[in-house]
Amino acid sequence: MYAVFIVYPIYRQFDISFFNWHIFPGANSPFVGWSNYSRIFHDPEVRTAAFNTLLFVVITVPIQMVLGLGAAALLTDRLPGRGFWRALIFIPVITSWVVVSYIFAYIFADQGGLANEILSIFAGHTVHIDWLAQTWTGNAVIWILSIWKGVGWSFIMFLAALDGVPRTLVEASRVDGAKEPRVWRHVVLPNIRPTIMVVLVLLVIGASQVFTQVYLTTGGGPYESTQVLLSYAYLQAFTYLNFSYAAAIASIMAVIVLFLSIFQIQILRRNDSI
Amino acid sequence: MSLSGKLAVMDSNKYPAPKRKARRSTEPGLFGVRTWNKTRLVAACIFGAISVFPLLYMVSLSFQPSTDILETTPVLIPSHPTIENYVLAWTGGNFNEFFVNSMIVAIATVIVTVCLASLAAFAFARYQFPFKEVIFYLFLASLAVPSVDLIIPQYLLMTRLHLTNSLQGLVLIYASENLPFSIFLLRGFFEAVPKELEESFRLDGARTLRVLTRLIAPLSAPAIAVVAMFTFNFAWEEFVIALTLINSPSRRTLPIGLTYFIGAHTTEWGPLFAGSVIATVPSLIVYFISQRYFKRGVSIGGIR
Repeated sequence: MYAVFIVYPIYRQFDISFFNWHIFPGANSPFVGWSNYSRIFHDPEVRTAAFNTLLFVVITVPIQMVLGLGAAALLTDRLPGRGFWRALIFIPVITSWVVVSYIFAYIFADQGGLANEILSIFAGHTVHIDWLAQTWTGNAVIWILSIWKGVGWSFIMFLAALDGVPRTLVEASRVDGAKEPRVWRHVVLPNIRPTIMVVLVLLVIGASQVFTQVYLTTGGGPYESTQVLLSYAYLQAFTYLNFSYAAAIASIMAVIVLFLSIFQIQILRRNDSI
Repeated sequence: MSLSGKLAVMDSNKYPAPKRKARRSTEPGLFGVRTWNKTRLVAACIFGAISVFPLLYMVSLSFQPSTDILETTPVLIPSHPTIENYVLAWTGGNFNEFFVNSMIVAIATVIVTVCLASLAAFAFARYQFPFKEVIFYLFLASLAVPSVDLIIPQYLLMTRLHLTNSLQGLVLIYASENLPFSIFLLRGFFEAVPKELEESFRLDGARTLRVLTRLIAPLSAPAIAVVAMFTFNFAWEEFVIALTLINSPSRRTLPIGLTYFIGAHTTEWGPLFAGSVIATVPSLIVYFISQRYFKRGVSIGGIR
């Protein structure tokens, strides 16, 4: 069953991408070789989508990591209500993308949205930003909601790592006269290095697959300017029925992800901790 | 959520009590001997508040009458709390059907995944067969290929098998997506069950299946709880595959049902948020139940 639903589709993906594939039974699907792939490199919308995907990765991943590590640092030691805070920070992770996308769509609505209201208070005059209808603000909303939902995940990863840092080691370096930044740089961070690497790679893989939040908030608009690679592939496949072209885009992504995973397995091999 | 994330969740739930006790007594924290101060508490408050604020806002919105929701200045606390949104959400459209569909799909996916993953993990843990490790690593490798990436070939495959538009089709795909991680996790736990226990069980006349259901599965309860929780949440909130494979309104699942509140020209925000609350509650319940279960499972495991 696993072979049928996962392994076969992986093969089929590459297979389809070499044809000009038609969904209708009876229509013939000529073999077109690499032309779907060469088309990718000449499609300005793919370039936009690739740029947006890259931007999404570069912006959301480091912020999620820093905030997650920060929250984990706050909550690794004894603190009143520690378990409660831990649960609160993890809750966004278990809510669904659909729900989160709609909450943020409402918060960033142009009329009566909370975001505009808060900005108005700070600006001293009424602010009217139609967040989801413009390229940059639309992207920003997608980043903000993705970071909000993602922090809890890197938080729980870093928490597990920080809980495992030997406190005596930290204490010893402090006795030796090291100040806080030095303790962190030379004792704590090297200790959780494996986790940092794993979180980094997994977040990059996850972020490159961004789809649902884009599809549900901006829908890729205006004029496909906030599309990411997967939402663009989905549009090509299920709106324009260009299955082969979409499969070619998805195949390229699969290859990139595969390389990232090989990289990740190398790291995992080096440290058996996780 | 990806593999290591799931493992980390496991980790943070493992042996919570002794760890806390040890720290309280003598061991200094990461921040020195004075283990907490007001700054950290305030920062934790802010973090927690930001984490739940949008969700609390959603709950608040779900109780607001439509006049409040469409107000040009946002209303944080409902002035006239009402449950009309819940009534509208539940009875208007097919929302209750979607809820039942999602429940069926999620529970069926959990059952299929747990059964198949247990059998496979048992084989990986206890038997020798050709290419065992190769097959295992193939399973692991596919963890890296995310579900959205395969949607096109999966759609074509399901069309060929006449399984589009059916809940069974969804269950098959969801279970397949969840199998690799589940097998990976269960194998580790199954291998930890001492062989001697199994042998004494067999001496009493137990067959293989009985060994699995009466000995190994109960001892691996925490792992099975984790598998069940993640599988349930995956199936419960999955969006793209359900969107693509299901066409007929009566077979839609809950996440798709939520999108129906967004019309081309008007959006019924009130019912949408009421529906969102309804959709979120089962995830939270499953999360908290399984979390409690981990601890019990681990303590049972501790005795052995």
